[in-house]
Amino acid sequence: MNFYDLFLAPFMQFGFMTRALAGAVILSLSAGPVGVFLMLRRMSLTGDAMAHAILPGAAAGFLVSGLAILPMTLGGFAAGLVVAVLSGLVSRFTIQREDNSLAAFYLISLALGVMLVSLKGSNVDLMHVLFGTVLALNNDALIMIGAIVTVSLVALALLWRPLVAECLDPTFLRSVSGAGQPVHLLFLALVVINLVGGFQALGTLLAVGLMMLPAAAARFWVRSLEAMCALAIAISVVSSYLGLLVSYHLSVASGPAIILVAGAIYVLSMLFGSRGLVSSNLRPRRHRIA
Amino acid sequence: MTRSKLLIAALMGTVLALPASAAEIKAVASFSILGDIVSHVGGDRVEVTTIVGPNADTHVYEPKPADAQALSQSQVFFINGLGFEGWLDRLVEATGFTGPVVVASAGIATHTMADDGHGHGEAEGEDHAHDAAAETEAGHDDHAHAEESGEITDPHAWQSLKNGLIYVQNIADGLCKADPDGCATYQANAKAYSAEISALDAEVVAAVDSVPQAQRKVITTHDAFGYFGEAYGVQFLAPEGISTDSEASAADVGRLIEQIRADGVKALFIENMSDGRLVEQIARETGVTIGGELYADALSTPDEGASTYLDMFRHNVDLLVPAMAGTPAQ
Repeated sequence: MNFYDLFLAPFMQFGFMTRALAGAVILSLSAGPVGVFLMLRRMSLTGDAMAHAILPGAAAGFLVSGLAILPMTLGGFAAGLVVAVLSGLVSRFTIQREDNSLAAFYLISLALGVMLVSLKGSNVDLMHVLFGTVLALNNDALIMIGAIVTVSLVALALLWRPLVAECLDPTFLRSVSGAGQPVHLLFLALVVINLVGGFQALGTLLAVGLMMLPAAAARFWVRSLEAMCALAIAISVVSSYLGLLVSYHLSVASGPAIILVAGAIYVLSMLFGSRGLVSSNLRPRRHRIA
Repeated sequence: MTRSKLLIAALMGTVLALPASAAEIKAVASFSILGDIVSHVGGDRVEVTTIVGPNADTHVYEPKPADAQALSQSQVFFINGLGFEGWLDRLVEATGFTGPVVVASAGIATHTMADDGHGHGEAEGEDHAHDAAAETEAGHDDHAHAEESGEITDPHAWQSLKNGLIYVQNIADGLCKADPDGCATYQANAKAYSAEISALDAEVVAAVDSVPQAQRKVITTHDAFGYFGEAYGVQFLAPEGISTDSEASAADVGRLIEQIRADGVKALFIENMSDGRLVEQIARETGVTIGGELYADALSTPDEGASTYLDMFRHNVDLLVPAMAGTPAQ
C-alpha cells in the first residue's frame, strides 16, 4: 500500500467519504470556537443535555408531517432553544445555577417528547431517525451545515468582545452595559443550532464530540482565546480526516472512530501539551508570591 | 342500602354481559403480522387485540397500561418468540397473566445471522436474543447483546411462507387449548388459510424463479429478510449497523458500493419504519434507483396496501421481482 492508497484513495473513490469529510470539516469551523466558549463558561455538558431536550420538538414535527427530516429538525431546534433560554433565564433571575435549571428543563423536555411519541401510538425510535450518521450526508444536510456554520461564524464575529467579557467576568459586563443578558441568550441559541444541525447530519456523538474534545485539547497548548479557537478547529479537522481513514481501513464505525481520534489527541495534549501534565511538572516552579 | 346493592349488581351484570355478546374468547397477539394470522385462524370466535400496531417497531416497543389491561382480560397470548419481543416477559409478569403463551414460531428451522463483531443488522439486530433462554431473561435490554459476538437467531421467521404454515398450525393448536369447543372451527379455518398461503408460496417461488440466479441480489436497510432469502433463493445484503445504535463503518459501505458496481445489483430497497438515508446515499453513489418500500417487521395501515400478512408478502414480491430483473414496476 502506497501513500495514495492509504491517505487519498478512499476519498477519491467514494463520494460518501468526500461528503463525510466535507460535512465534518465545515462543522468544525464553528463547532470549535463554540466549544471553546462553552468550555470557558463551564458549560461543557450542555451538549449532551441538549440531545435529550430536542426530543419533544422533533416528536411534534413527526406528529405533524411524519418521518420528514426538515420539520423534525426545525421542531428540535425550537425545543432546544426554549430549553436553553428558559434555563438561562432561570439561572439569571433566581438563585439556581445554570446546570441545575438546565437539568430540570431538559428532563421535562425529554419526558414530554417520550409522551408525544407514545400519543402517536407508533413506536418509532425518533432518536434513531433524527440522529443521522456521517456516512449518509445528502445535499440537504450539507447545505444545512453550511448555512448553520455561516450564521454561527458571523454571529461569533459580532459577539466576540461581549462574549470574551462575559467569559472573564459576567458581572463586569452587566455592570458596564445592558448587553450581558442578550449576549448570553444569543450564545445559547448559537450552541443549539450547532448541536441540532450536527445531530441531524452527523449523529449525537459526533456533534457533541467535535465541539468539546478539540476545545479541551487546545487548552493544553495555548493561552490566548484566538489561538485556542484556531487550534480547536485544526484539531477537529485532523480528527475528522484521520477518523474517517481509520473507519475505512479498519472497518469500524465512523462516528466513534472520529471521536476516538479526537480523544487520543486530547489525552496526548493533556500529557505532553505545553501546558499539560508533564511540562507543568518538569518546569521549575516559580514563586507566585513575591 | 339494599337498593344500592341491587343497583351495583345490575350494573355489574350489564358490564359482564357485554363482552359475551361479541366473540367467544379474547386473544392478544404481540405484533401486527401475528395479529392478522390469529384473526384468520380464529375467525368470528376470537377477538384479537394487537399490541404493536402497523408501521411500528416491535423490537423497541414499550408496553402501555392499555396493553396490560388487554392482556389480563384475554384467554391466550400469541407471541413470535425467538427473542423478537424483548419487553414481553416483563409484561406477562406485570399483568399476572396465567393463560397459555403460545410461541408461534415453535418448531421452525431457525436461521442464524452471523454477528461478526461489528454490529450486523443495526439496532434491531442487536435486540435479537440469542436463544430461547435469553428471551426469558427479565432484564433484557438494548445493550445486553451489543458486546457479544457470534451467531444470533434471526426472529423474522414469517418472511418465509413455509414458516407461515407452521405459525398457522401453532396458532390453531393454541386456540384449541384455550377454547376446546371451537377447536373444529379453528382447525378448519387453519386448513383453508394454509391452502391460501401454500398457493401464494407457489406463486412466489415461480415469480422468483423467473429471475436468473445471478441477478437475485437485493440491498435493504436491515437484515429482516434472511428467511425469505433462504426459502426463495435470493441474496439479501444490508449495510450493517445502519442506525445510530450501531453505526456502519466506512469500509462496509464502501464494500457494498463496490459489490453493487461489480455485480450489477439493480434492486435497492428501504423498509417501512427505518431510516433510509444510508441506502439513499448508496443509491446516489451507484446510480441505482430505489425500488420502493418493503414491509419487514410490521404491516401497513389499511390504506397502504400491505395490511394483511399475505398482502404484505404480495407487495414485497411485486416490488422485488421486477427490481431484480431490471424492469421496475414504477
